[in-house]
Amino acid sequence: MIGSFIRRFAALAVVAAVTLPAAAATQLTGAGSSFDYPFFSKAFYIYNQKNPDVTVNYQSIGSGGGIQQFTAKNVDFGATDVPMNQEELARAGQPVLQIPVTLGGAAVAYNLPDVKATIRLTRQVLVDIYLGKVLKWNDPLIAKLNHGVNLPDMPIVVVHRSDGSGTSYIFTDFLSHVSPEWKSKVGVGKSVSWPAPSSVGAKGNEGVAGQVKSTPGAIGYVELAYVIENHMPAVMLQNRGGKWVTCSQDTVAAAAATRPEVDPTNFSIVDATGANSYPISGYSWVVVYKKPPDSARAKILYNVLSWLVGSQGQANAKSVDYVPLPENVQAAAQATLKQMQH
Amino acid sequence: MSPADRGFAAIVYGGSVLFALLIAGLFVELVLGSWPSIAAFGPSFIWKSSWDPITSKFGALPMIYGTVVTSFIAIALAAFVGIMAAVFLADFAPRWLATPLSFLIELLAAVPSVVYGLWGLFVLAPFVRTTIGPALQHALGWTPLFSGPIYGVGLLTAGIILALMIVPTVTAISRDVIAAIPRDLREASASLGTTKWETATRVVLPAARVGIFGACVLGLGRALGETIAVTMVIGNRPEISASLFAPSYTLASVIANEFTEATTGIYISALIELGLILFVVSIIVNALARLMIWSVRGSRA
Repeated sequence: MIGSFIRRFAALAVVAAVTLPAAAATQLTGAGSSFDYPFFSKAFYIYNQKNPDVTVNYQSIGSGGGIQQFTAKNVDFGATDVPMNQEELARAGQPVLQIPVTLGGAAVAYNLPDVKATIRLTRQVLVDIYLGKVLKWNDPLIAKLNHGVNLPDMPIVVVHRSDGSGTSYIFTDFLSHVSPEWKSKVGVGKSVSWPAPSSVGAKGNEGVAGQVKSTPGAIGYVELAYVIENHMPAVMLQNRGGKWVTCSQDTVAAAAATRPEVDPTNFSIVDATGANSYPISGYSWVVVYKKPPDSARAKILYNVLSWLVGSQGQANAKSVDYVPLPENVQAAAQATLKQMQH
Repeated sequence: MSPADRGFAAIVYGGSVLFALLIAGLFVELVLGSWPSIAAFGPSFIWKSSWDPITSKFGALPMIYGTVVTSFIAIALAAFVGIMAAVFLADFAPRWLATPLSFLIELLAAVPSVVYGLWGLFVLAPFVRTTIGPALQHALGWTPLFSGPIYGVGLLTAGIILALMIVPTVTAISRDVIAAIPRDLREASASLGTTKWETATRVVLPAARVGIFGACVLGLGRALGETIAVTMVIGNRPEISASLFAPSYTLASVIANEFTEATTGIYISALIELGLILFVVSIIVNALARLMIWSVRGSRA
């Protein structure tokens, strides 16, 4: 009885020894931004197809959690929609490299059931709506910009993200750039105190999209991918150059290309100059240690990230409705990454 | 005691002590985590009503208000419907109907809360905005409770969703309690010539009131802490408004919304203090309910 058990166990051990690959596969782990997750899962899947001995396990726990896990050295890299600030860098205890990995834009979706034309808004009117100064869709300020559109006498319901999010950060950053009043009264952040009396908070992009879709008269900002996927009407904004632009992969990339010298202390690309720039755009970042604790893994980490910010990795962005980094930004990201000791 | 008995006693004793330690540990951890916030804001945290992470001004009053109001709307609706259903299932429904009906009601308890939330956002909230809300406003619009613009999301919608979620608990326990009332009581009542309705309301329900009250407390406990479904339909606005149509916020929703992206120390600490308040509110509600049960029992003895 016992003999047969030992024999069976020995047989199992032999099978295991034969089937396991000679070189153990390396699993890198990352954590952070949920915005990056769809892009990362696609890109890292493709990377694994090409390099079967490397898998990347990315946990979409939010930027704050990502920075925490990274600081505690529980993960090889963190991902965050807003670069780590001085206080957070100090807590990390050693030099950190922050590398832009992808771009996002916030489209301003709306729900006006009987309006077929695309609504046009200037940056200032959008601020006034979010400040609660423009309360109805047929307000003269909106009507002036939309000649020939039969605007309804309907209250504007202002929808915003209720969960802390990088999209809210980009959006409030934009509002602050346009309006000193917003900057002093509300400010820039992943969660802010929204001043409009008719404001409603919804959780996640899907929540804002759902709230806007089910509430006639609603307006709300959502990530570009959600507007594309849900075929929602989104406003045409007048950019700094005076041109009317819609949120698209091209206009977001155009905004990014105007500032290739992007760095983690001066990273805002909202309200960019340039004729084709969409004004509500921003980067998402990966953070790594300049000298990773495990030098054997450092080499692999470098290879993966270098591929990710290069043209091959960025080529995966469009298929999941993300905006690839412009070429000049890719080059800047590669240059930063080269400082990593591997 | 034999050694086996002693061993068994040690195991059961250990199990119950473990629970007490767990609760105490949770409490200590919450207090430690919220200490920077308690030190910075003091007791005014409880009655201040601004919630601004940018300027680090935090107050919990709107969330306490939202939590309590939604839970009470929920228990008011769920107790009424649940007790009626329980009486029907236990005393009125024929067996062929009672069994599948009970099964269906208990099935409601197995639906994940995010599904209730999605249904609430896409079906219930528009229905409240276009139908329930205007009807209530038409009839009762003169009271502040039903005045103001109707967004669809808000206190009332959250209360209704919570009611749906706790109705199975209230119904299932109440039905069991009612079914456990001795037949003799019902027969004695019938022999006096009462109708079925009189027996149910004057004999069975009073005899079962302690158990039914317990069922409601269990339901209320779930309503206080429910997070995802409420977050999706409450509108997430930290503001106190008399109108039940207005967007509001609950303690659990703020934590679910903001904890993952909170980075500064005082912000995280304020969120943990909200957790501590939710913990204390739950304990107070449960303790009050327990006291009421004791007083009811006492008066009957």
